[in-house]
Amino acid sequence: MTFIAKPKIVHEGMARNALGLTIRDYEGRMSTLCAGCGHDSVTSAIVQSFFELDVPPHRVAKLSGIGCSSKTPAYFLSASHGFNAVHGRMPSIATGANAANSEISLVGVSGDGDSLSIGLGQFAHAVRRNLNMLYIIENNGVYGLTKGQFSASADVGTKAKKGEVNEQQPIDPVQMAMALGGTFVARSFSGDKEQLIPLIKAGIRHNGFALIDVLSPCVTFNDHEDSTKSYAYTRQFFHPAMHADFVPPAEEIKAAYNEGEVMPIELHDGSRILLRKISKDYSLHNRGAAIDYIRSHHRKGEIVTGLLYIDGSEPDMHGINRTTKAPLNDVPFDKLCPGGEALETLQQRFR
Amino acid sequence: MSARAKSRINDFVIRLGNVNGTGSASANGLLMKTIFRMGIPVIGKNFFPSNIQGLPTWYEIRVTKDRNLARSGEIDIMVAMNAETYQQDLKSLSPGGVLIYDSTWPRNSVLTREDVTILGVPLAQMCNKHFSNARTRILMKNMAYLGTLAALLDLDRQVIKGLVEETFSSKQALIQANLEAIDLGASYAEDHFKCPLATRLKLADKTAGHIMIDGNTAAALGCVYAGATVGAWYPITPSTSLMDGFKSFSERFRVDSETGERNYCVVQAEDELAAIGIVLGASWNGARAFTPTSGPGISLMSEFIGFAYFAELPAVLFDVQRVGPSTGMPTRTQQGDILAAAYASHGDTRHVLLFPANPKECFELAVKAFDLADRLQTPVIVMLDLDLGMNDWMSETLEWNEDYRPDRGKVLGVKELEEVESFHRYLDLDGDGIPYRTYPGVSAKGAYFVRGSGHNKYGGYTEDEDEYKEVVDRLKIKWDTAARLVPEPAIKTHRLAKLGIVSVGSCDYAVLEAIDRLARKGIHLNYLRVKAFPFGDKVTEFLNRHERVFVVEQNRDAQLRGLLSLETDYQKGRMESVLNYSGLPIDCRCIIEAIESHVAKGEAA
Repeated sequence: MTFIAKPKIVHEGMARNALGLTIRDYEGRMSTLCAGCGHDSVTSAIVQSFFELDVPPHRVAKLSGIGCSSKTPAYFLSASHGFNAVHGRMPSIATGANAANSEISLVGVSGDGDSLSIGLGQFAHAVRRNLNMLYIIENNGVYGLTKGQFSASADVGTKAKKGEVNEQQPIDPVQMAMALGGTFVARSFSGDKEQLIPLIKAGIRHNGFALIDVLSPCVTFNDHEDSTKSYAYTRQFFHPAMHADFVPPAEEIKAAYNEGEVMPIELHDGSRILLRKISKDYSLHNRGAAIDYIRSHHRKGEIVTGLLYIDGSEPDMHGINRTTKAPLNDVPFDKLCPGGEALETLQQRFR
Repeated sequence: MSARAKSRINDFVIRLGNVNGTGSASANGLLMKTIFRMGIPVIGKNFFPSNIQGLPTWYEIRVTKDRNLARSGEIDIMVAMNAETYQQDLKSLSPGGVLIYDSTWPRNSVLTREDVTILGVPLAQMCNKHFSNARTRILMKNMAYLGTLAALLDLDRQVIKGLVEETFSSKQALIQANLEAIDLGASYAEDHFKCPLATRLKLADKTAGHIMIDGNTAAALGCVYAGATVGAWYPITPSTSLMDGFKSFSERFRVDSETGERNYCVVQAEDELAAIGIVLGASWNGARAFTPTSGPGISLMSEFIGFAYFAELPAVLFDVQRVGPSTGMPTRTQQGDILAAAYASHGDTRHVLLFPANPKECFELAVKAFDLADRLQTPVIVMLDLDLGMNDWMSETLEWNEDYRPDRGKVLGVKELEEVESFHRYLDLDGDGIPYRTYPGVSAKGAYFVRGSGHNKYGGYTEDEDEYKEVVDRLKIKWDTAARLVPEPAIKTHRLAKLGIVSVGSCDYAVLEAIDRLARKGIHLNYLRVKAFPFGDKVTEFLNRHERVFVVEQNRDAQLRGLLSLETDYQKGRMESVLNYSGLPIDCRCIIEAIESHVAKGEAA
């Protein structure tokens, strides 16, 4: 959270999107995170993505739980409604929000503590119900706000700042989401906007639960030697498997890649994701093979990134529920209340 | 066999001892419904185990021409169908009572008692002879004892037949079998016993304008009628039938006949923590949302309940209380969550509670709960208990006022936001402690951050002591407003009364019966039934008018009395507790005893 409002300075020549808004309209307050925090890069990628997608800021609701990552919704989209839930419980708030208003775009920001420890259950069930939202985990392997304890995503053998070695197995949200039937599973790195921004855009447009696990180093507690979540380590062992480019609806696809290498995937709103295989032996539509690939590379210390699984054909929570198209918060009362006569008839069976 | 049966027409208790999972529930329900349709007031209480098959279960029907709609504490007719509990069942029978058992396997050694009548009917033998299918034989035994009761108690056979036909209208083949089984039991009784007994039924006309319904079903209807669209829950006894009811009524009333689309969304959450989160997420977005639960669920939801109190989000919860502490006895009743619900969550929190006493109030207060939650922007917990929620109550017919429109409280839409210069979420513009709110997606001007962390009146994050205090002090003003908005207590006075009696929820009918019986002995009481927390002036006034007040409730630690002493200025020592916390619904006897002994002490002094 921050006390400091960001001065909104708009230069005359600043780029405007289709709504006539500048990127400033997508920003939030000043970040109070540590200088160099990976999370701030993710924040700016989110700002950039919503700006470029021409989303009216007030049609977005941003949510988070508790922790450093969960502070970040204050730093983007100041014209959007925000919700800081209690620790690990943001997915349930998002579920209710989506249940009530299926038209609002939900972006949740969580951390490895928030999603993989205290909130593991809620995270898993949000995946399972294919809740229509973008869910970003800013993953740094430590608890920052409480000063550097290991989180559940810490790798075996990784060293804490004070020398303690983690000996417990890490929980990988990407493998979990794949195993749980997640319909959009991606991993990226806060230091690679070129990869991250198209993923965020695609995630926003995906009709279902879009997970992006973003490695986002903690400069204060987990950026040292012998940490597997540092900038240096991540840069060295970063292993992009599938690159995704995002193309909004009605925009012509400019073939930047050779045919055969690019796989376009159409999303429900007409926008497309252009996928480019970076690793030849990666299989996008096979959960089992994808998990094997990620695991075998993880054994070598490598971090597989990119859009790792997508299936746009599965119904989201409302699809499964067969909810009416109109948002439930907008259904007129006379359609909801059966009235006195119906009550009278109904009670025959209680006589 | 003793023939000292008391003559009791339309005023007695039948208890049926069964093995759970043997299909007795439908026969017992049929019995109760038949009596009701004969125009005789009746209630049904189910004492069942936390188990699916094989354990003892009892169903108790009180036939009560004077409309005493609580338990009486007596058992006049015992239908003992569970050999495992024969001894217990025989022992619990009131003197002069009648015990009916399955004499296929005679138990003369076990079944001996001088002051009651014991009637053996070879139910299993008859059914085995008459029906060929094994499962049918077991099921039809229930209908056979119903037949025996029909003869012994003079049940209207046409009414039974009608009910059987209604119950099995979709399974025609079963109608005949059931009717045959009833005939078997009835013929045997007619051939072997003097029918009807002195304790029996007689057609009456005292049930007009009434229905038989349980509180969970009525509350579920209230949710539908209040316009709730989002329900989230984690299954827990004894609240489950509330959501089952909401789903089935919604399927009936809320599905578009052309598209099959639903105007509601029920989410079965992964746990209660998520269930309340879903409710808050939905109400944040302007839907009416609710969750039914029980005590263990309230414990789990507490963190979010405190969040909703502080961030000021509406939420409707139904706590169908069961026996605690901990897992306790899931299928037994208690009012043990009063304090836990009133102060759920850490820090300074207090929550609006509503206490229905009968199914009609479950329906009405469910609707009221949504209005209050929206108006006050805070959680409202409707406090039922297992007895009220799951048992069969004779209730006044539910009525609907067509003029009703939901009170959504202080919500600014696009138009209103355009008219105001600026919007700040937690400003008290009206002096009632209630700020204005906006829904996401409506307008950039209405955007704000919902947070459980310290915030100032503008909605901004704060750690400033004065800003923090300003907000929590304003929440106290809102609490005072709540005390003026919640339903007033039900009060019944007597001009000669000096003593007061205060009670809550499902104790009501037992208290009313006690007051009635005590009045006949010349002891008069003024009665106040709390319908809501915060208590409001009427409660304090009532207490202060009495030197001595009896507080009747169903928990060990006198939680209502505790809450009254914390939240009113009435002296704790002037309140005397009458407590029932065994897990079975209260009857009037403990109340009468406590008050009589108090009066006797006073006279002796």
